[in-house]
Amino acid sequence: MSGKRRFRLDGKWVDSVLTTVAAIFLALFIGAVLIALSNEDVVDSMGYFFVYPWDFFSRSFDVVGQSYGKLISASLGSGDALANTLNRSAPLICAGLGVSLAFRSGLFNIGAQGQIILGTLAASYVGFTWDLPGPILLLASVAAGILAGAFWGAIAGFLKAVAGAHEVISTIMLNQVAALGVLAYALSEMKAFQKPGDTLGLPQSPPVPDKAAFPELFGVHLGVVLALVAAAIVWWLLNRSTLGFELRSVGSNPEASRTAGMSTAKVFILTMAIAGALSGLAACMFINGDQASNNESLVGSVGFDAITVALLGRGTPLGSVLAGFLFGALAVGGGAMQTTDAGTAPEVVQVIQSLIVLFVAAPAAVRWLVRQRRKEPTSTFAAKGVTP
Amino acid sequence: MQLQIQGLTRRFGDFVANDAIDLTIEPGEIHCLLGENGAGKSTLMNMLYGLLEPSDGQILLDGEPVTFTSPKDAINAGIGMVHQHFMLVPVFTVAENVMLGREGGPVLNRGAAARKVRELSERYGLHVDPKARVEDIPVGVQQRVEILKALANDAKILILDEPTAVLTPQEIDELMEIMRQLKARGTSIIFITHKLREVKAVGDRISVIRRGKLVGTAEPTASEAELAEMMVGRAVKLTVDKDAPHVGAPVLEVRNLTIIDPRGHEVVKNVSLEARAGEVLGIAGVQGNGQTELIKSLLGLVRPSAGEVMLDGDEITRLGPRRTLEAGIGYIPEDRSHDGYVAEFSVRENLVLDLYRSDEFSSGPALKLAAIEANADHRIEEFDIRTTSRETPVGSLSGGNQQKVVVAREFSRPLKVLIASQPTRGVDVGSIEFIHKRIIAERDKGTAVIIISTELDEIFALSDRIAVMYDGRVVDTVSPDIQREEIGLLMAGGTKDAGTNQGGAA
Repeated sequence: MSGKRRFRLDGKWVDSVLTTVAAIFLALFIGAVLIALSNEDVVDSMGYFFVYPWDFFSRSFDVVGQSYGKLISASLGSGDALANTLNRSAPLICAGLGVSLAFRSGLFNIGAQGQIILGTLAASYVGFTWDLPGPILLLASVAAGILAGAFWGAIAGFLKAVAGAHEVISTIMLNQVAALGVLAYALSEMKAFQKPGDTLGLPQSPPVPDKAAFPELFGVHLGVVLALVAAAIVWWLLNRSTLGFELRSVGSNPEASRTAGMSTAKVFILTMAIAGALSGLAACMFINGDQASNNESLVGSVGFDAITVALLGRGTPLGSVLAGFLFGALAVGGGAMQTTDAGTAPEVVQVIQSLIVLFVAAPAAVRWLVRQRRKEPTSTFAAKGVTP
Repeated sequence: MQLQIQGLTRRFGDFVANDAIDLTIEPGEIHCLLGENGAGKSTLMNMLYGLLEPSDGQILLDGEPVTFTSPKDAINAGIGMVHQHFMLVPVFTVAENVMLGREGGPVLNRGAAARKVRELSERYGLHVDPKARVEDIPVGVQQRVEILKALANDAKILILDEPTAVLTPQEIDELMEIMRQLKARGTSIIFITHKLREVKAVGDRISVIRRGKLVGTAEPTASEAELAEMMVGRAVKLTVDKDAPHVGAPVLEVRNLTIIDPRGHEVVKNVSLEARAGEVLGIAGVQGNGQTELIKSLLGLVRPSAGEVMLDGDEITRLGPRRTLEAGIGYIPEDRSHDGYVAEFSVRENLVLDLYRSDEFSSGPALKLAAIEANADHRIEEFDIRTTSRETPVGSLSGGNQQKVVVAREFSRPLKVLIASQPTRGVDVGSIEFIHKRIIAERDKGTAVIIISTELDEIFALSDRIAVMYDGRVVDTVSPDIQREEIGLLMAGGTKDAGTNQGGAA
């Protein structure tokens, strides 16, 4: 029996890595089919498929090869490409960590988007209005972004702890308030947030000055390092701290946690505040990292991509880093696919991303598809099912 | 229908959960399957019910070999199973639940379903209202619905998996009556349990499984000690050795406590109690008479609406669980999987679930990992927790070992009061002996102990004084020398002197 259970634990870990890798390849395969079928030459060759099938296969192979070749070379193929990918990964990693952390306490934090938006407003406002010496201004701007995100996250935690409001609903609503209320209002109605003399009609803030920007080394900005440090801190928090112990305990069994004297209210509020802080840090990647002007489309859907990053990373800090990097690479490489002769649309990458998560969410389906399904359940207790 | 099992074996990797089991269940027989938690009873039943495929051996019905690949095959062959945790839809009515899975066509025929339920319940003496919603009926009646479901599928062989674990003593008596009725009508019953008294009361034959092997078959005339020895593999003491208590001063005092539950019912009515150092106070009563709420309020999990709780002269009524625990109250909760441990957490983590804040296991925000690991190794040895390693999730241990984790944790800090609610529910005989011994040892250290149990045997075995609760009140406090019948009367709402029935909610 003893050897058996060990195997089960290790087996579970190996299983989840295998499933993830299989999901990625499966998604890339379906992506390849889409790329081929969306290419005019390939579609033409299908017209005479039964006469000369070779054309269809060679053209498909060619188109897919060009597109995926570009995907890889543009994201990982050179120093510049890699730097670009890392910079693009940083916000995904940070926000993914926030969503992961909340997962572990049993909270489904859909609110990264709103938390990031608040973060961008605060970081950019402090960055371009305050007059402070270089490094201090950078510090103040980043701190403002983090605090604003934490504040926005804590609201959802507070509503959950005090009023029992479900966090999925409150975070979705807070996203709306952040995007349509706070951001749009601040940029279009409040002078303090606007770029002076902007007559183009697009409401936006000026970028932060150079002294409030992350320093760069080989094209990689400091934010990437901060994202990795954040991952290490989250790992420590989860596995080595009393708060992490409470957080995981509440996430698995809130009743037993309360009985053991833990405060679920404290855990909910703190977890959401920290998750928001991580999203706030993600916001700084745009403001202080890319030195971008804040406008309504600056952060895109990064807060929602963060949910997929957390899902793919299975709620672990290392997983979030790897998944964030993968999605960063896909985003950078996906845009470049358009520049090949095949002219593949960058949207294919979004389909691939979604498919990966879909396959990860349905591991049984993947196992069946790749025929690695095991006949034997690996433990008596799994087989017991209904008995405690 | 006769059921034969020949050489049935089930392996999980290199672990043999069932090792060449031979068993014959005759028609109209109540065959008890006795064994400790984790002995392999459920594995065997899951193979019979098509939930697991055997690695070796075969199952014969009336001499014909059969193979089941899903419960559907087993049901069609006439095997029914009532799981320990009911598979009912709470918001559906009894009739709807019974016809679940056999709707037959796109239009529901509720009338026919209700008729079928009524007919079956009359034939077998299972009294249920077909129109009642399952969430509104008591657990014992829900179990009858499960049995009806099986009977509606024409089950000839009924598997009852630990059916009494969730029942009150009266409901257990009713269930046994139902089992006898079914038997009289030719249904065979496989009755899985680890309670010796029940086996002797209702069984025709008793098969004992230990560590995956069938160790023997006994007649119900065998003594409880003999059965326990077969089950555990060594002689087991069924009584608790204890000396007279050295009773000290009152430690925990409850004064005029009243609790109103969220639905507005007064569930605890003006209760006063005191627990004294070095003494075990038993609280007896049929489940649902306010014990659960009373205990939760002692711990600060439920706010009383009136009255106070004093610990060593200080009021702790509204401290909340954390500070109550820190004040020196140990708590073994009634439902361990719900309140006692975190299933996904390892043994190591569960052993400090309410201790991690202490200086011993953390400094500031950081956990002291080495100390937590050392504590785990120490407790695993001291309490004989059977686990592969300290990193094994508690959810995958057997019930007895899960309870040992909870008990070990609560006993690993200095206590003024120990509150143990159903400390041995769902725990095998060997572990019961151990847990009882530790409780008495704690008493002899001078801790005030409060035991809440619906099992009178346990109350009698441990208590130095017994308070009986009925309908939210402590109706009397008696000595454990009292006759069983007298306590039974008090539990049913009678008073010791007059014997008048106060009526009210049961």
